[in-house]
Amino acid sequence: MDFRYTPEQEALRKEFADFFSEEMKHVPPELDASMEAIFDLDICWEFHKQLGKKLAAKGWIAMAWPKEYGGRDAPLIEQFIFNEVRGRYKAPGVDPIGVGMLAPTLLVTASEEQKREHLPHMARAERDWCQLWSEPNAGSDLASLTTRAVRVGDEYIVNGQKIWTSGAHRTDWGFMLARTNPEEKRSRGLSFFLVDMKTPGITIKPLYSMAKAHMFNEVFLDDVRVPVGNRVGEENEGWVASQMTSNFERSMINLFSHAKRELEELVEFCKETKWGGQPLAKNPLVRHKLAQLAIETEAGLAYSYSVVWNQIKGGLITAAPLAAGAKFLATELIQRLNYTACEIMGLYGQVADSRWAPRRGKYQNYYQQCMGLNMGGGTSEIMRNLVASMALGLPRSW
Amino acid sequence: MDLDLTEEQEMLRTMARDFLTKECPKTLVRELEEDEKGYSPELWRKMAELGWMGLVLPEEHGGMDMGFMDLIILLQEMGRNIVPGPFFCSVVLGSLPILSAGTEEQKKRFLPEIASGEMILTMALYEPNARYDASGVETKAVAQDNNFVINGTKLFVENAHIADYMICVTRTQEGASPEEGISLFLVDSKSPGIKCQVIPTMADDKLCEVVLENVSVPKENMLGELDKGWRIVTRALEHAIMAKCAEMVGGSEAVLDMTLDYVKERVQYGKPIGSFQVIQHYCANMWTNVATSRNLLYKVAWDLGEGLPVAKEIAMAKGWINQAYKFVTERAIQCHGAIGLTRDHDVGLYYRRAKAAELAFGDTDFQKELVAQQMGL
Repeated sequence: MDFRYTPEQEALRKEFADFFSEEMKHVPPELDASMEAIFDLDICWEFHKQLGKKLAAKGWIAMAWPKEYGGRDAPLIEQFIFNEVRGRYKAPGVDPIGVGMLAPTLLVTASEEQKREHLPHMARAERDWCQLWSEPNAGSDLASLTTRAVRVGDEYIVNGQKIWTSGAHRTDWGFMLARTNPEEKRSRGLSFFLVDMKTPGITIKPLYSMAKAHMFNEVFLDDVRVPVGNRVGEENEGWVASQMTSNFERSMINLFSHAKRELEELVEFCKETKWGGQPLAKNPLVRHKLAQLAIETEAGLAYSYSVVWNQIKGGLITAAPLAAGAKFLATELIQRLNYTACEIMGLYGQVADSRWAPRRGKYQNYYQQCMGLNMGGGTSEIMRNLVASMALGLPRSW
Repeated sequence: MDLDLTEEQEMLRTMARDFLTKECPKTLVRELEEDEKGYSPELWRKMAELGWMGLVLPEEHGGMDMGFMDLIILLQEMGRNIVPGPFFCSVVLGSLPILSAGTEEQKKRFLPEIASGEMILTMALYEPNARYDASGVETKAVAQDNNFVINGTKLFVENAHIADYMICVTRTQEGASPEEGISLFLVDSKSPGIKCQVIPTMADDKLCEVVLENVSVPKENMLGELDKGWRIVTRALEHAIMAKCAEMVGGSEAVLDMTLDYVKERVQYGKPIGSFQVIQHYCANMWTNVATSRNLLYKVAWDLGEGLPVAKEIAMAKGWINQAYKFVTERAIQCHGAIGLTRDHDVGLYYRRAKAAELAFGDTDFQKELVAQQMGL
């Protein structure tokens, strides 16, 4: 057993850290004050895009992809280290939907033409993506979706509605699941499409979050024409492709690493902030709450190392239940962290950005936004179902 | 990075699991709970023959010269089977401090006999004030001719009733800080002036009250330097905490397995109860608690074995595993329903030990305070 990185990996880690340390000096403060700011505010989106360009120039966006599609054939551990460092610096710049979810699907299931058309754009941070999956009546039960794609000649004509589409108003392309065979029930009649978001017939309407930010959207599809060449995989076999979106580094190290950094900042706040004549850090209740978070974060970090190790060693099938566990461990940790931060702030825990707001009102924003993490990409409940069926040998419950 | 066990560690694990399954069934565990001694001399002898008591001791002292991670793997299996007896106190609390701080004479005198199982050691640290830190050490040792004379009461001393020697933590001087002025002595349990009594505890784990009245100990039995014994205790506790965590992780793994077996076979409403999501989510939460505990155990124990600074990490590990083991055993009983509440059912054996293990070497609140201090709060 050996928990060390090799000297080369340590050097790489330092290179990443030096880069982010410098670049994040210029981050707009609004980005850190809201989980939804990246899609909500022009200045934050612009920072994400500019940072993406710099990461692309370094060749870091798609490290683990094959060279011919813009990657550098790097081992997964390097991707893990990159994610760990990027999480620590809370840096944007990598499209989580396109790079994180779609690219692995394309690498496994797409045609050569599709790979060459889309992957290099992603690696160069030129094209951002949104995910057109959820529908008003198909959330966790995604396979019940009803958006219809009918083939007419060389095109599909798509009609339906998608919802919870993060960043639809910012991104260039979307990947969509639609029903191509209404006779087949559930997952068997679905196909996977790549859709240019500028296609006529697409209407995007904002869905404002509790914290008043514009991240989510409703996307209406009225006679949207999608070329047959934009279908990934065979017709009616889109479900298989959709399952490949989880074919990426799945340890959640970025979130655990992010949580560790957030906690350190909260600890600093408690050291430097005096309430009632003494630093918050001297209050036994505060100390214990912070220590509990530190303990949970450390446990999460150790766990995520085991996820990536299993992924490297045994592949996705081995790591899949571990990854499902990582998802709810990480997102629920971040939720508890932000709840605790708000508790520690006391009355100030409710104040939005103003002269009375600690840390630009970040924690009251996060209080409203953090539950979204445990819902997006599969709720904590769905993840627990997956653990039960994949890791524990219990019967499928859905 | 390589997070796999070595081939030798895998073999040790398999061998230990097979041996303990056969030689230490739950019937024996229950029998020894009620037994006055609390251990089986026969099982003890067999464990000694396997070399377990000397696993991490050097060959020159009768050991097998294996590493701390190997001991962790073995203790994980012992925790899985909740093996009763003085292994932990003799090997972890007894032999390791002698190995790290003893004189050559002390090593020659004690270690081979510990390794062979002929001698049982323990450590007498805590007192009626029930404090985990150095300020709890009030038992006095006073120099007199070529001896030290010890007076005081030690509490929660593991297996003192069967130990041949105990490492007694005493105060030899009032220092500027509680950590100063502490000295350690290897005390013969049969010395005149020692009274020992087993305290009834939840886990029936033979924690003892040891009263020392004018107990005379030769100077050469001092372990380490005069007044500087707390650093030896600190080092011993670092290893003891991770060793205890290993037992706890093993116990929580066993409880999870037991619970999964049960929810797959127990039928209500015409289905195994493990098909219901509420039970599945309990089990998923138990599983992540076990997995995080195991990973944290390995990470921190490995760091400790490598000599890296780990004061904060050890407190975090114990703090987490304390909570996780209790959570897992509590949910296990919930999944078992009323049968889990009975004295006859095995899950309760672990539930009781989870509480005892939490209290050993620092409960959760204590660990959290240490973490807070280590974070600069």
